Parts: sequence; C-alpha cells; structure tokens
Amino acid sequence: MPEMTLIEAIRQAMDEEMARDPNVFIVGEDVGKRGGVFRATMGLYEKYGESRVIDAPLAELSIVGVGIGAALYGMRPICEIQFADYIFPAFNQIVGEAARMYYRSNGEWTVPVVIRAPYGGGISGGLYHSQSVEAFFAHVPGLKVVIPSNPYDAKGLLKSAIRDPNPVMFFEPKKGYRLIRGEVPEEEYLVPIGPAKISRFGRDVSIFAYGMMHYYALQAAEMLAQEGIEAEVVDLRTLAPVDKTTILESVKRTGKALIVHEDNLTLGYGAEVAAIIAEYAFTDLDAPVRRLAGPDVPGVPFSPPLQEWFMPNPEKIANAARELARF
Amino acid sequence: MEKLEYLDLYQQMVVIRRLEEVAAELYQKGKIGGFLHLYIGQEAVSTGLISARRPEDRVITAYRDHGVAINCGISANEVMAELLGKVTGCSRGKGGSMHLADVSKNFWGGHAIVGAHLPIAVGLALGDVYKDRKAVTICMFGDGATNIGFLHEALNLSKVWNLPVLWVCENNQYGMGTAVERASAVSEIRQKACGYGMKNEAINGMDVIEVRETALRILEEIRNGSGPQLLEIDTYRFRGHSMGDPERYRKAEEVHQWQENDPIGIYRRYLIGREVATEAELNEQDGLAEQIVQKAVEFAEASPEPSPEELYAHVYVEE
Repeated sequence: MPEMTLIEAIRQAMDEEMARDPNVFIVGEDVGKRGGVFRATMGLYEKYGESRVIDAPLAELSIVGVGIGAALYGMRPICEIQFADYIFPAFNQIVGEAARMYYRSNGEWTVPVVIRAPYGGGISGGLYHSQSVEAFFAHVPGLKVVIPSNPYDAKGLLKSAIRDPNPVMFFEPKKGYRLIRGEVPEEEYLVPIGPAKISRFGRDVSIFAYGMMHYYALQAAEMLAQEGIEAEVVDLRTLAPVDKTTILESVKRTGKALIVHEDNLTLGYGAEVAAIIAEYAFTDLDAPVRRLAGPDVPGVPFSPPLQEWFMPNPEKIANAARELARF
Repeated sequence: MEKLEYLDLYQQMVVIRRLEEVAAELYQKGKIGGFLHLYIGQEAVSTGLISARRPEDRVITAYRDHGVAINCGISANEVMAELLGKVTGCSRGKGGSMHLADVSKNFWGGHAIVGAHLPIAVGLALGDVYKDRKAVTICMFGDGATNIGFLHEALNLSKVWNLPVLWVCENNQYGMGTAVERASAVSEIRQKACGYGMKNEAINGMDVIEVRETALRILEEIRNGSGPQLLEIDTYRFRGHSMGDPERYRKAEEVHQWQENDPIGIYRRYLIGREVATEAELNEQDGLAEQIVQKAVEFAEASPEPSPEELYAHVYVEE
C-alpha cells in the first residue's frame, strides 16, 4: 500500500470524485491556478479546467453561498475556505441557509455541499490563522462535521462527504497536512460519516480526540504503555452527528475518560462528550471525566512559548491520562 | 398579448390584494401568528416581472413573498394554508409567511435574512452555466438589502463570472422604518450596479405593463449573453413593514399620494381606456378573486395541523 501525507490523501479524494462525477467542482480562493494556499488542489485546475476548479474573489460568504445555490441546483460543490479562521463571514450562509434548507422545504431541497477548511494551531500562525471552529458548527442540527486524523480516513471520509446529500463541514488539521503520513490503499474505498473508531485498545483510561489531537493522543498512549498504563484511544472523526455508542462502550470498559481538543475549553466539543458520558455512563465511571483543551483565551498567541503553553501536546495528554489512570 | 393574458395579469393582482387583505384580518383575529409582511401596493412589480419569465427561469425572493408565490403559480389555497401553519401549505407549515416555496414552479423561496439569498442566486445561475442550460435566475430583494455586504459580493461575482442573473431591486422607499435616503449613500439604487460595470435601469413599479415589457426585453438580453443586469423597480407598500408597524416614520399624506397610484387602479384604467376589457368584466374578475380567496380560507381553516413527528422530519437526508 502506498504511503502518503494527509494533504495528498485529501487531494486524491477530490481528484477521484471529480473524475467520477462531473457535478463535482471546487470553488475557493486561489484554488485554481495557484493550487490552493496549502496546495490541496494542486494540479486539479490543469486537469479539470477553470470551470471545475473555480478561483473566487476573497469573499467567503459568497464562496459558500454559491456552493449552496449550486448544490440546490443538483451540483456537488466543494467550497474551500482558505483558513478556518476566515469562515465567519460565511457563518450565516452555513448555519442559516445550508443547515436549514432541507428542513424548511420539508425534504424538498437538499444541499449536498462540502465546506473544507484547514484548522488548528501549532504552526505559528498566530491569532487569526490557528483557530479551531468545530464547536460552532457541531452545535447546528442539519450540518455534519467531520475531522480526519490520518490519510486513510481523510480520503475515505472526504469521498463520503462529497457523496453525502447533506451539507458537510470538513475540517482538516493543517499542522498535520505534511506531518501525518499513512498507508492509503490503491483500490477505491469509503469511510462512512458517523462512526468513531477505537484506534488503540486499552483497559485503564479512554482518551477521546480528533484531528491533530488524536495523532498526539496515540503518541501519548505509546509513552504511557512504557509505564504500564494501557490507554484506549478513540478517534471521534465525525463530530456531528456524534457516535454515542462507541463513546459509551469505551467508557464502560475503562471507567475513565479524558477528552482532548485544542479548541478552547469552555463549551468546546469536550463539554458535549462529557455530558453524554455523565448522562448515560455515570455508574460506570471510576473517576471524574477530565478535559484537556486549549485555554480560554481569545486566540492562539504567536510567541513560541505562548503557543506552546496554549497547545495540548503528547506530554500534556500523557500527564492528564496518567493522573486519571491513578485516580 | 391576448385579452385573456391581460385579464390573467389583472386576476393575479386582485387575488394577491384580496388574499392579503383577508390575511390581515385573520392575523388580527389571531388565526395567523408570527410576522406578516404584506405586499399590498407592490402587486404590479412581481406580477409584471414574473409574467415575463419562461418556465425555465427561476425566481428567488426575500420575505415579502406572498405575491411572488401567487405569480409563480402556487395556489391561493396553499399560500393561505401556509400562512395558517397547516400541513397543506406549500412548505407543509414549517415555513410560514416568509418561507413560501415550490421548486416544481421554479420558485426557490422567500428568504427571511435580508440579502442572504443573493449569493445563493449566484450559485443557481452558475448551475445553469455549468450545465449549459439557457435560463435566467431572477433574484428579487428590497432596497434595504442593497446596504448589506451580501449584495455587493453577489453583484461582483455575477458580473465577474458573467452569469445570467436579473437582479431586481424592489425599491419600496423604506427598509422597515428607515427611508432609503437615510440608509443608502445613493437613493437611486440602480447606481450601485455601476460600480460593478453592470447594465442597469430604473422603472415605475406601479405600472404592470411597463414592468412586464421591460422585463421581457431585459430577460431576452440576458438570455442572449448580456451578462447580469440590475433593474430597480420603484414602488411603495401601502401597509406597514409588517402587521405590527405603527408607521411613525411616514406621513399619512405620503401614503395617500401613493395610493392614488394604486397599481390595480392604474391597470384598470389602462384596460378600460384601451378597450381591452369593460368595467363589468373587471368587476367580474374581482368577484372571481373574492371566491378564490374565500375558498382558500375555508381550505386552510379545514386543513390539519402538522403532526408532532414532523418536528424531527427532514433534519438530515437519510439515504
């Protein structure tokens, strides 16, 4: 099986879906001639032409609005928002329009649009190029929210997202674009949107994470294993709709739950996971649910030590899980 | 136009007028809840405009949408039922007044967030170009929407991608209670198209024939590749912004002055003056409209409410 980076897997997913379905097109800032600011769409403009890889003005609400309109028309648009931090001008279009169309029309209008955006810190991007935005959208019924943590899932989930009849928010951990490598089969496959995945089994403590934090959680679990602590790692992958079953199964096995995300703590995605565990697995718990998240500050600061302090990393995850395992 | 077509335009206008007058009464009786924005005074705008479209041309508009829905061919029954929140309404009661829609009539909805449907219209038009279909997207919005960013991005995109969109600003002189000149740097809305190098013009929206003929011409130009155009249609709403509007922002004389230009009165005089129809024939049309509206009320009142399980229906598309 060939090995590739996260971003290569994302590119391959779009390439294959564009080849399969002429209704699939990409629209975004600099996605065409430049091949995307992170090179996610590199080569696609040359291959599919300017009518299918469309350079849009710097106008996020329109990039998404056009995607919704074209999706209503029956197309399969992929809207790229250059950085997740830039998504807010389009917030109304996503939350007010895309998420609600199917409901408001009583099942008549579907919006099969994918909105891709690189998210996350640790790349010295500073306050406006490091944000995690998943909690805003995971709150909204009608949207699906997907965050892959590895190339295999990234490709399979993105292909599923493009084929999904619902609007899908697809957030990509940009720090992992070239850092995270993995095997991707040559033959066609899909990873379904919905199920979480237990990526490492263990009996002592469950670590729930997604995206870059899942990558770190696996490293933390490796460190803990050296000390004789067996951490189970669950890759949440689809944040909305949430896979309650897998979360609860894991907690019932280990009795201890650590939730990790780089988005700031308060009302972050971890709050929902913690609430699910508290509501449905209270009597299975051997320790309080623990969250490890970015601190409640307005953005990821630029200065290297400040950024380091902001971001969860394998050591911090291992420390939190160790404490929990010893509880 | 044949006589029947002239009469059909008249019929549509009086049905809208009567339907809304009756809706206002039902609102006051508490049978219609929420918000109700009447189109009374503006009937010639959508009637003339939509009479000029071909079936393949789609229409998308803002929240003052009852008239547009009727003109697009949604029945008075379905409109009235939707206003009452009944399951027989065109949006099965989930939408209400501001969210009438029926894609089978190529009517892509009323939209409640001012300006939010404009970029969506660009996407619909992009679909036509992508699929190589010759159709025009007619996107209607009020003067208030021309001061929000949606409009400017959407005009720019439609022009830079040369899309077949007819942007129609229904300038009814007030964004809710704020007069155009108090909210917009230019009170002649069409000037805003100039910044995007877009062909534009302004017409009198109280004259259904002027609206129709202008729309026929412009739609043909767009169909033949002129690129997007902006049409400002000047009009006036005779009622408040919505039912709960005390109208402190305008003088009664101003309203009366406009009411002398009632689009239905103007069109009656036009039809009689040109001997297209007699007064008696038009009165007969008024009677028919009255019947249609009364039947719509009966239909709506007799219709069932949505069942509780509809609350959770259509959140996600299940395959």
